[in-house]
Amino acid sequence: MHIEDIAGQVITAFKNKTPLCIRGGGSKDFLGRTPMGQTLLTTEYHGIVDYDPAELVLTARCGTPVEEVESLLREHGQMLPFEPPLFEHGMSNDRGSHSRDADSESEKTPSGSSTVGGMVAAGLSGPRRPWSGSVRDYILGTVCVNGCGEVLKFGGQVMKNVAGYDVSRLMTGSLGTLGVVVEASFKVLPAPIKVATRMLEMDEDSAHQFLKRMLATPTPIDATCYYDGQLYIRLSGSESGVGAGEAAVGGEQFDAGDELWRSLRNQNHEFFTQNDTADDDIDLWRLSLPPATPVLPVEPPTLVEWGGAVRWLRVRFQEFDHDEIESLCKKHGGHAIRFRSIDREAEMNPPADSVSRRLFENLKASFDPAGILNPGRLYRDL
Amino acid sequence: MATFVSDINVESTLTRAEIATGLKQIVDARYVLTAQEELAPYECDGLSAYQELPLAVVLPGTVDEVCTIMRFCSDHSIPVVARGAGTGLSGGALPYKNGILLGMSRFNRIVSIDADNRTAIVQPGVRNLAISEAVQHLGMYYAPDPSSQIACSIGGNVAENAGGVHCLKYGLTVHNLIKLKVVTVQGELFEVGSDALDTPGYDLLALMTGSEGLLGIVVEVTVRLLPKPTSARAVLASFDDVQTAGNAVASIISNGILPAGLEMMDNPAIRATEDFVHAGYPLDAAAILICELDGIDEEVEDQIEQVRHVLTDAGAVDIRVSCDEAERVRFWSGRKNAFPAVGRISPDYYCIDGTIPRRQLAGILENISRLSGEYGLAVANVFHAGDGNLHPLILYDANKPGEFERTEALGGAILEACVEAGGTITGEHGVGVEKINQMCVQFNDKELEQFHRIKHAFDPHLLLNPGKAIPTLARCAEFNAMHVHGGTLPHPDIERF
Ligand SMILES: Cc1cc2nc3c(=O)[nH]c(=O)nc-3n(C[C@H](O)[C@H](O)[C@H](O)COP(=O)(O)OP(=O)(O)OC[C@H]3O[C@@H](n4cnc5c(N)ncnc54)[C@H](O)[C@@H]3O)c2cc1C
Repeated sequence: MHIEDIAGQVITAFKNKTPLCIRGGGSKDFLGRTPMGQTLLTTEYHGIVDYDPAELVLTARCGTPVEEVESLLREHGQMLPFEPPLFEHGMSNDRGSHSRDADSESEKTPSGSSTVGGMVAAGLSGPRRPWSGSVRDYILGTVCVNGCGEVLKFGGQVMKNVAGYDVSRLMTGSLGTLGVVVEASFKVLPAPIKVATRMLEMDEDSAHQFLKRMLATPTPIDATCYYDGQLYIRLSGSESGVGAGEAAVGGEQFDAGDELWRSLRNQNHEFFTQNDTADDDIDLWRLSLPPATPVLPVEPPTLVEWGGAVRWLRVRFQEFDHDEIESLCKKHGGHAIRFRSIDREAEMNPPADSVSRRLFENLKASFDPAGILNPGRLYRDL
Repeated sequence: MATFVSDINVESTLTRAEIATGLKQIVDARYVLTAQEELAPYECDGLSAYQELPLAVVLPGTVDEVCTIMRFCSDHSIPVVARGAGTGLSGGALPYKNGILLGMSRFNRIVSIDADNRTAIVQPGVRNLAISEAVQHLGMYYAPDPSSQIACSIGGNVAENAGGVHCLKYGLTVHNLIKLKVVTVQGELFEVGSDALDTPGYDLLALMTGSEGLLGIVVEVTVRLLPKPTSARAVLASFDDVQTAGNAVASIISNGILPAGLEMMDNPAIRATEDFVHAGYPLDAAAILICELDGIDEEVEDQIEQVRHVLTDAGAVDIRVSCDEAERVRFWSGRKNAFPAVGRISPDYYCIDGTIPRRQLAGILENISRLSGEYGLAVANVFHAGDGNLHPLILYDANKPGEFERTEALGGAILEACVEAGGTITGEHGVGVEKINQMCVQFNDKELEQFHRIKHAFDPHLLLNPGKAIPTLARCAEFNAMHVHGGTLPHPDIERF
């Protein structure tokens, strides 16, 4: 497959005003409002185009499995620091299928691996994000196809580049509504020499206070999780750096750390999967907050990540008052997202203010004048 | 002296006197400057070769005033140039003779510091260094540290996505912001980003950062603060040739070390700075590397040893490790003063800002030295080696007829060589008016059209910095017609300029 094939499909759709549903491995079908339109499959356009460990830059095509990228990086002692969620396993409750559109093509595509294109479009990052930065912080350049089928190149393979507007970062997290990301370059980093996880038993308030204190110091912490009465802290860096960090954090050594952080990253941790098959009535909300926001008066079960900046909430769809939680988050300077929901018609995001909304619409029109790229997925009517 | 002729010509229907009167109804009359001698300090930014006097300078003191000024300018089609501290090196704050200059210098307050969330809210006119100074007592700092940090404003940093010597590890401005308050060209106030780590919808925070004052006026900035590392030490290594130094940079990184800063200087730059600040640099070295490591004490000790080994293996002829803070600061003093140091050995200098993949370093330096010979102008190189951002400093004398034009042509040729090497025409100083032609080399018409559509999405009547940063297709057609495709002029004919 060539870029021209993808561009060709977009050009045809542009002429016929056919909505397109851009899809990689389908690992994030559940995200956003109901995907609709004719499937534009990106998995055929794959491969790592360029990687020079000494440059700390990797370039890959959109259909490349993230796992392939990560295993190549691992061979060279490097990593994607933002730990993109793969969501490949443990999706026992793939509610995406409930309301997937009628397009039969998409049913034939096996729900496969998470791809580079999807990783950029979704813009999601894993446990290390507050300390390392997110996908958008590491993206250096993209080749994309806009809604008119034009192939455009922005940014590049160098670390610093301020020529022109930063379209690559704008693409990140836009859920495919501005363009098909066909190729992307990332800054990568050396993987830490040593990683250790500590576990501390404490109530949520104490954990909150403890983290507030620890995170104001340069202790090499790069992931945290509070769940079910335990605070987990990951340290990474040099041998002696981590040793010193462990002493500063205290608690006890937790040996299943790797598994824990992987299960949080991919959301197959028991918090995310419990009752899934038995109970279809559960929605998962993601509360994004200033990290020091006090413990919120919400019903458990909750799971807190990112040093307090992300709090997950499992709720019964029927009983849940999302207005209340949205305004609570807003009051603290954050927001609540309907991350996985039975209701795929409802907005995933809270409404944007009027100026932002106008700019979103103008930007959408500037990239995709016919409104054919993943319409309605990020916001209704966008 | 050079003049910038914008391709986008917006003319207000109002006269200068009417504009001044209108502005005086919005802000106190003493903050509206119109007399020639009052305007003169604003005639240029750090790219002083380009000068122009605006119709008027207005210095608002409140966000409301900014909103009202923007509404007034929108209603009457008056071009607006925002200005922070005016240290920009690409002409971003260069005024238009038919427009006003919106000076943000009165927005100089640190609004609040949130130690628990490790953020600070500051007004755009606050100096970069003042932020770190204000949070020092909390053991925190603001990471991006452009060499101009004692003078440049955070608003200007946002507009240029400024970098510094520590961005390999800590990122650029865009990585250290969480929220902006912005006034649109129509005078509406809104927020981009949020106090959380992410914000729903399109990433307008990323789009605003580095947009060179073309999309809106930044009136408040929330920055991320970092805990100050307990230890920071620098290694100073000398090399007999530049290629070996370049390879040493690659070795450090391939060995899994992520230095806080990794800078390189060539011999002309070493000699100029040594003469100026006496940092103790070896005058006979072809190149030096400064490698800084920071973190907690134990970590830094480990890494210093590692770096010492790597550098020895990589062929460094001399390696010195700072033993105390004073020595670390001394190692840096030369690098941080490289521009003024070069300013002392030449009547004028011109700073170029290309970025290349690091592996192309030897090739590009060879290219630069060849071009330097061809154009008959000396060049000293300082280099953010960690991130491939090259600052060749061209030495020239503005009083010699034709020399500035030749300097600009040499600068253009160097940037085009950077693009050819897989890099870009600007790593951190922005396009402004300076590199507007080289944008035609970096981007094709379709890409430029997409940029123009983005501009329209924010500023439909093209009042903010019109004609800067993104060239019109007409300009590029003309530029490319004069130019050998994709490269430099093979035999630069001075007469032509
Ligand atoms: C000696 C020296 C060393 C330097 N070293 C570095 C370096 O290491 N790294 C680096 O990145 N840069 C460096 N620079 C360049 C310069 O300091 C930066 O670009 C800086 O960010 C400019 O800030 P300023 O406040 O001076 O902005 P100005 O020059 O006043 O303006 C720059 C641009 O920002 C726009 N602008 C300013 N304020 C606002 C606002 N509130 N809202 C919207 N737009 C606004 C202007 O319109 C203009 O386009 C250096 C400059 C000098 C002179």
